[in-house]
Amino acid sequence: MAELLTRERRRARPGRTVTWLAILTALALACIALYLVTDMPAAAAYALGLRGRTITGMIIAAAAIGVATVLFHTLTANRILTPGIMGFDAVFVLIQTGVAFTLGPAFLAGAPAAASWAVELVVMTGAVVGLYWWLFVRRRLDLHVIVLAGLILGTLFRSITAFLQRLLDPDTFAIVQNLVFASFTSVDRTLLLPTGLLVAAALASLWPIRRSLDVLALGETPAIGLGVDHRRVVMHTVIVIAVMVAASTALVGPVAFFGLLAANLAYSLVGHRHRHSIPAVVAVGTIALVGGQLVLDRVLGFGTELPIVIEFLGGVLFIVLVLTGRAR
Amino acid sequence: MIQTQNLGKRHGPTVAVDDVSVAIAAGLTAIIGPNGAGKSTLLTLIGRLARMDAGAAVVGGLDVATTKTRTLAQRLAVLRQDNHLAIRLTVADLVGFGRFPHGGSGRSADDLEHIERALDLLELAELRDRYLDELSGGQRQRAFVAMAVAQDTDYLLLDEPLNNLDPRHAVALMKLLAELAQTRGLTIVVVMHDINTAAQFADTIIAMKDGRIHCHGTVDDVVTVPNLATLYETPVRVERLGARRVVLWD
Repeated sequence: MAELLTRERRRARPGRTVTWLAILTALALACIALYLVTDMPAAAAYALGLRGRTITGMIIAAAAIGVATVLFHTLTANRILTPGIMGFDAVFVLIQTGVAFTLGPAFLAGAPAAASWAVELVVMTGAVVGLYWWLFVRRRLDLHVIVLAGLILGTLFRSITAFLQRLLDPDTFAIVQNLVFASFTSVDRTLLLPTGLLVAAALASLWPIRRSLDVLALGETPAIGLGVDHRRVVMHTVIVIAVMVAASTALVGPVAFFGLLAANLAYSLVGHRHRHSIPAVVAVGTIALVGGQLVLDRVLGFGTELPIVIEFLGGVLFIVLVLTGRAR
Repeated sequence: MIQTQNLGKRHGPTVAVDDVSVAIAAGLTAIIGPNGAGKSTLLTLIGRLARMDAGAAVVGGLDVATTKTRTLAQRLAVLRQDNHLAIRLTVADLVGFGRFPHGGSGRSADDLEHIERALDLLELAELRDRYLDELSGGQRQRAFVAMAVAQDTDYLLLDEPLNNLDPRHAVALMKLLAELAQTRGLTIVVVMHDINTAAQFADTIIAMKDGRIHCHGTVDDVVTVPNLATLYETPVRVERLGARRVVLWD
């Protein structure tokens, strides 16, 4: 009898989680459908093509940033940091500015998209994985020291970028500014497939370690005590985070702004198990980006910028969750 | 049987554990000693939570430096002092993590049985669906001990598990540990400060000072005026009260 009761209790909560996952998925699909078909102009095929491209870029970015943020939280046993703190976007902006400064704006604007995408990806991923590997595996430093080091390096990169940008002539500066702002409407179509595959592969690699990730979120010593191969799982996670952030940044520009919000909304709805929180954060991220763009396009008539829309709506939602006692 | 050989660990210039060779048999063993004596560090080294700088530690025939951490986790559970969580879990969820080393989903009949037993042993059945951040420090402490118990290992290392516990729960926990050691033949090592409690429940006491073993033996061997006075460098009396030894500080 006692055992029966226990099983019932155990099932009650996963049931609610599954319901939330279904609701989030339905909402995400609804946002996508609304974005694609409402307010259709006469040249429907052309508009659909453009919207399809924009929305694919958004879904890839939502998945990559959301999952990277959840993994970063797991890694640092913390839920208020974002991978942006490690200076990913700073590396991206520095590369763009550095190339414009040394090789000239014509080179930057004229380089084949696939080639510059690949170079950015390798440099960004390489920089972050290299930093982690050196500090964590070779020097055996504490994770928090490494995060701090990333924070300081990010500031250094931003300062170098700011310095270089002051030296640029106004035309080149305008081109660089254009490149380093997040944009979903000017995504290069040829990059969608490779980026999508890369993000999907990184996501798939998480499946075998999903339970180890759950344990990792307890913190380093409990994880080791429970038999998680800590260094291996941490390096795996770092590589996945680096690939995801780099891929989405190279595709649409720096978009880390909504990761923190998406991750915390996902936790408050489905809890911390990765097999639930990862699908949930992908759905929440999609709703945020596509829904935000929908509001921006169709309601505000491009009157403002996407981060502002997302942070406003997300902030309101988050306050509601806190007030109703769901978000902890 | 836990055995260490010339175990050493430095934190920068200070030597935390200095050339410790000790054999710990089955039963309940308490490690006592002044602050900074290396008690917790010794426990962390045996529990492979930190890397040793010198020597070796063997738990149940497994060398902790070379054995796969998952294999060790099936034989050895270790609990540190600071148990802060960033994520929000219920008591039952936390205890369920104790089943991770044994594979499975944590929801099999076998897993549930171990989880229930651990919850019952630590008197947590009523708190099972409460979130850890809503509990008192002592209740949370017991939840972590329950996780270690659910791990169902032959070896249990606990660093100051009596922290935050009121006398009732402290005594209950020590009784539980003594019983587990006796009935199931576990080897349980507990770092603690309260010598009277250690003397009451432990089979063996290890006293550490300055990273070394000061003395090691049965309660009667260790809890004596000369041993304790040199260990803590404080005047002390040891009185007999029935069969028990009671330590009074002067």
